[in-house]
Amino acid sequence: MKVHEYQAKAILASFGVPVPKGQVANTADEARSIAAAMGGKVVVKAQVHAGGRGKAGGVKLVNTADEAYEVAKRLIGSRLVTHQTGPEGVPVPAVLIEETISVVKELYISILIDGAAKSAVIMASEAGGMDIEEVAANTPEKLLKVWVDPIEGYQPYMGRNLAYGMGMAQELVRPMADLVAGLYKAFIAKDCSLLEINPLVITSDNRILAADCKLTIDDNSGFRQKEGFGLRDKSQEDPLEVEASETGVNNYIKLSGTIGCVVNGAGLAMATLDTISLFGGSAANFLDIGTVNNVERVVSSVRILTRDPDVKCIFFNIFGGMARVDIIAQGLVQAYREFNVQAPLVARLTGNGYDEGRKILMESGLPFIEASDMADGAQKAVAAAAAR
Amino acid sequence: MSILLNTQTKLLVQGITGAEGSNHAKLCKAFGTNVVAGVTPGRAGQEVDGIPVFNYVADAVAKTGANASIIFVPAAFATDAIYEAVDAGLDLVVCITDGLPTIDMVSVRRYMRGSKTVLIGPNCPGVIAPPEKAKAGIMPSSSFTPGRVGLVSRSGTLLYEAGAQLSAQGLGQSTAVGIGGDPVPGTSFIDILRRFNADPDTDSIVIIGEIGGTGEQEGAEYLKAECKKPFFAFIAGASAPPGRRMGHAGAIISGADVTADAKLKAVERAGGTAIRNPAEIGKVVAAALKT
Repeated sequence: MKVHEYQAKAILASFGVPVPKGQVANTADEARSIAAAMGGKVVVKAQVHAGGRGKAGGVKLVNTADEAYEVAKRLIGSRLVTHQTGPEGVPVPAVLIEETISVVKELYISILIDGAAKSAVIMASEAGGMDIEEVAANTPEKLLKVWVDPIEGYQPYMGRNLAYGMGMAQELVRPMADLVAGLYKAFIAKDCSLLEINPLVITSDNRILAADCKLTIDDNSGFRQKEGFGLRDKSQEDPLEVEASETGVNNYIKLSGTIGCVVNGAGLAMATLDTISLFGGSAANFLDIGTVNNVERVVSSVRILTRDPDVKCIFFNIFGGMARVDIIAQGLVQAYREFNVQAPLVARLTGNGYDEGRKILMESGLPFIEASDMADGAQKAVAAAAAR
Repeated sequence: MSILLNTQTKLLVQGITGAEGSNHAKLCKAFGTNVVAGVTPGRAGQEVDGIPVFNYVADAVAKTGANASIIFVPAAFATDAIYEAVDAGLDLVVCITDGLPTIDMVSVRRYMRGSKTVLIGPNCPGVIAPPEKAKAGIMPSSSFTPGRVGLVSRSGTLLYEAGAQLSAQGLGQSTAVGIGGDPVPGTSFIDILRRFNADPDTDSIVIIGEIGGTGEQEGAEYLKAECKKPFFAFIAGASAPPGRRMGHAGAIISGADVTADAKLKAVERAGGTAIRNPAEIGKVVAAALKT
């Protein structure tokens, strides 16, 4: 779950990590008064979850509170299109008004979970302000890594050594170590999956500041991160995906094809997309209905597919394990009736509950195209979608 | 002898009084597993399908000799259940539960370094050993048959799909293991592959991977160096868009070398056979093994 830059910076500040002075403005008027209180010479930054704001005109240096008002007026309520959004862009709900800083050097620091090492890793580099994946690819020696053993925890020497490794001046070594300590504390306390500062800047008056911050909270930590999850901004997510999650369908990703898919299990769902693609078709979505036996969840899954105008055919690929085929069948029948679904249904059903499930479908009178296996189902779905 | 489960396994079920716990305790027992106990704090003295329930794992172990556990406890309490099972000295712990915070598993993994306990999962379908008539999992038993193929997967339903396809080709399984879809699993591919390599009852290995992480590549390198048995791999997610979490927390493409194609190439470089069509897993393996 992503949070906005201003929310991430507030979290960092609460853990003692220095951030530029700033305040979020939800309207152009607010932007003006905040800018005025800060002397007028400020930077106005669109608050969106997508990167690439700068190039898209989402970050502007201004000299007066009135200019701040104009920029905020243009940005707030508009849609920003960056190289990370689709062509439809994302809405800008607010702007962050920040002090301007005189930057001497841009560095990079982040914390994430390294799956290969099975540990949190702190990554830092002198090559800040640029695409870190390029740095990793072209100049890997410039990317320093410190893995933090969960039993040992963060130790100050780790931050000190990163500072030395990045060639920082001696008087900045201790402040840097303190900063890294604060970052790690925040990472653990907020159940982050990613905490990235790019750039981490050294200013002309020798301050170290987190000039930008990307913070992602582990989706699995919802039960113990109520405050963090309260920061969710649904306006930044695909509207169909938001609608899906509001009806209990949490693993739905809108794609751009014509075959609506409902599958139990993420791996099988990915493989279903792969198989459809191999037969020359395209999936309208990824949807893992999961392993909970819940008729409502099935109904909601069909519902979200009916809300997608691109869907020409619906393909249910269900291998009953924990999720039972008969529960799926009940939901399917209920949904098709409730929403009067017109899209043809291809059903490949097998596994736990198959006999009862098939009976439910047959007795319902609901027309459906039965598939004997995944390949057969994908082929039939591709044909059915192409026929419409 | 199966790599993780066998006829000597005495399984206890943590969370046995919940809907899924009780349902699958019965199904494992019906398959032939020796299910000796259940654990739900506060329900000691009750019974599920004739299986006695205890308040805590150590008690169940002391009274029944249980040596393995399967966990159906909700995500908010599952990390605790894992620690309890490990501390009780069980040989095998299978955590079915989905939704454990990743940082918890970082700590669990570190804590378990050097432990004799093997943790499979979380967010996994479990383990089935058809020749031993033993199952600690939620997989449909009918998809698996006794044989000599070692099957290991990150995905649950793809494990069933692969098992069913292999069984349809007359290629039964020695053991089928779902290691789960999380970025930090209790046991990685390489650990399972080591076991299959050393198992006299496994002749060939089928790996079902997916995008994200480097577990498959690590496994392939091990097989290249150490394994003489034929091995095959299908990697799900060839058509997945980059940057999105495709259901599994671990299934994110965040760099060139974690795509399906990169992993398949790693398998081929290691001397294995790459399977690119998930509907042909059984066919490809059968064709290769019969030549």
